[in-house]
Amino acid sequence: MGDNARPTRRVYLDHAATTPLLPAARAALLDTLDLVGNPHAVHTAGRRARAVVDEARELLADALDAHPMEVVFTAGGTEADNLAVLGAAGREGRPRILTSAIEHPAVARAFEHVRGDAAATDILPVTPGGHVDPAAVAATAGPDTALVTVQWVNNEVGTVQPIGAIASAAAAVGAWSHSDAAQAVGHVPVSFAASGLDMLTVAAHKVGGPVGIGALLVSRDIAPAPSSFGGGQERSLRSGTLSAPLAAAFAAAVAHAVRGLDAESARLTALRTALASGILTSVPGTRVNGTDPVSPGVCSVTFTGLRASDLQFLLDREGFDCSTGSACHAGVVQPSDVLLAMGRSRADASATLRFSLGWTTAPDDVTALLRALPTLVERARDAA
Amino acid sequence: MSGGVDSAVAAARMVDAGHDVTGVHLALSRNPRTFRSGARGCCSLEDSHDARRAADRLGIPFYVWDFSDRFAAEVVDDFVAEYRAGRTPNPCLRCNERIKFAAVLDRGVALGFDAIATGHYARLEDGPAGVELHRAADDSKDQSYVLGVLTAGQVARSLFPLGGDLKTDVRAEAEARGLGVARKPDSHDICFIPDGDTAGYLRSHLGSTQGPILDEDGTVVGEHDGAHQFTVGQRRGLRLGRPADDGRPRYVLDISPVTNTVTVGPHDHLRVSRLSCIRPTWAGPRRDGPWRGAVQVRAHGAPVGATIEIGAGAEVVLDEPLVGVAPGQGAVFYSGTRVVGSATIAATDAMAVPA
Repeated sequence: MGDNARPTRRVYLDHAATTPLLPAARAALLDTLDLVGNPHAVHTAGRRARAVVDEARELLADALDAHPMEVVFTAGGTEADNLAVLGAAGREGRPRILTSAIEHPAVARAFEHVRGDAAATDILPVTPGGHVDPAAVAATAGPDTALVTVQWVNNEVGTVQPIGAIASAAAAVGAWSHSDAAQAVGHVPVSFAASGLDMLTVAAHKVGGPVGIGALLVSRDIAPAPSSFGGGQERSLRSGTLSAPLAAAFAAAVAHAVRGLDAESARLTALRTALASGILTSVPGTRVNGTDPVSPGVCSVTFTGLRASDLQFLLDREGFDCSTGSACHAGVVQPSDVLLAMGRSRADASATLRFSLGWTTAPDDVTALLRALPTLVERARDAA
Repeated sequence: MSGGVDSAVAAARMVDAGHDVTGVHLALSRNPRTFRSGARGCCSLEDSHDARRAADRLGIPFYVWDFSDRFAAEVVDDFVAEYRAGRTPNPCLRCNERIKFAAVLDRGVALGFDAIATGHYARLEDGPAGVELHRAADDSKDQSYVLGVLTAGQVARSLFPLGGDLKTDVRAEAEARGLGVARKPDSHDICFIPDGDTAGYLRSHLGSTQGPILDEDGTVVGEHDGAHQFTVGQRRGLRLGRPADDGRPRYVLDISPVTNTVTVGPHDHLRVSRLSCIRPTWAGPRRDGPWRGAVQVRAHGAPVGATIEIGAGAEVVLDEPLVGVAPGQGAVFYSGTRVVGSATIAATDAMAVPA
């Protein structure tokens, strides 16, 4: 490959994995980075730090249509998901939990752990288009169900679930409801109050905030059990000293993303449509996974007859960062459980790439990808 | 890049030579262990991490390629099947033949690469008939034997940047380059048997079936719990109750999986002077026989002068006898330092011995 000059321009199409820091978040982070004081201390320095945290809490709550007291800061989305699942697992007389077949590992793995504790798990199937049927939730949830949890927007295929209907089906039997909205906030409208959910996960770095902070919104009507122990900060649900700068930057990012949601969503929808239809017309043997409603930020494409890892490798060499979106164990990509649950073959589930768009994605990026893909797909197919 | 010092330095030298290099680590185990223990194995997640950090240091892209299914089917299953059939395979040869310089090379070429470079100790030289594969300069590290199965086409696509150096110099170079693996121990053993207990591994895969240990007259002298757990030339673990008439130690001379019998006898009877081989391969031009060369039958064995005659297979007459040669082993043919080709030993004249 000595004759191939390395590309000078790189195109980042893995925003669903993590998206670049928004200027608003960067400014908030830098403004507070030198702040001294433990926000849980009572002296002046501590009060100043706590005020930053609580302002962030209020800003975040406002952006997500929640009450500030409902915001429980965590170290990120995974911790928030774990807290929701483990926090509901011990409910008296309710040994069962209900989820979908396409949950993020932060939920799915926590369930596996709970299952080891003898709670039973009901797993709802999804349609070939990647959607959960709320009627199935109503039919499966019962008086012994502790928690119903379904991801708002799927991280691999972008499908948007009918969260309101799922939450009311859960409420009808007294089950708590939770949704991992890490991929939803900033891409689709999210109102905690209107959703009827009891708990909701949000992660800063999926919205343009820094890595290392997230939140679980927890309705004031429920009292989940803590799963970490210490100083009892954050409603006694989550212990540990909070980072005021991270909280401030997190809230700034979410506020910015929510404020600009309509315009950004329309912009990304146009880019996603151009990308999807461009691939379908210029590359034979392709299929876009996930039917409407789908997030404008995620475009999952199956390229029949190749190994996704080969195509991803070739794209990387040509300057495109994208991923399969599915679990990766020590650098080895596994066939996607989400696609298998949607009824795809193992071959197709191993031949799928996720292009995810975000606030830095420009029309040029999509054009460049569409120009590069046909040749690279052909080469990857030859290699398979 | 295995995560060891050799492949890291090999990659560094390729970068220095101006090539556009991508580091590839092979995931060969379906259930890799998290950590490496001492010098055992080479496919733990820790090894993968070490390889990744070496690539970071060199500033080259790094990928893990999953060949675990191919490795299981073509190397591990074959290893067990060969033992089941009473033969003694060399899985490293097999891996080079089927995985590293075949499946991996093919994928690399298909993805646009020109060649595969590894940290093997062997040299390439331009010869009148193309690139020739030769023994390494460092005798104690020479790995030309395990590369002996490569075809001329594979050799032409391979690069061995360490072949002209001493291992000690390679370690010093790794240290000077700031590679964290500079002091990592060499790996030994079969990578998929990280505890080194080959007999235990075979027992767990092939089960235990009691059978007789016979002397060369057919007299039962002991019992075993599975003929496949023995290797021709083995002395330990026979647990023979009755001493030999001459009081001298006895060795495994033959294994018959069909009758589940193990035949033992004196060391002398392990001596082999003729090898009948199958499946010849050629690292350069095919050499029809008979011709004078040297034969090596194990990775760290000494070469023995021989007359080699190529027909459907290869018939080898040794100048001096070898000891403990088992069917299934690879015979690599040399002309001086050059690897001419290889073949798999199917039978030896020792097997005709009971006489």
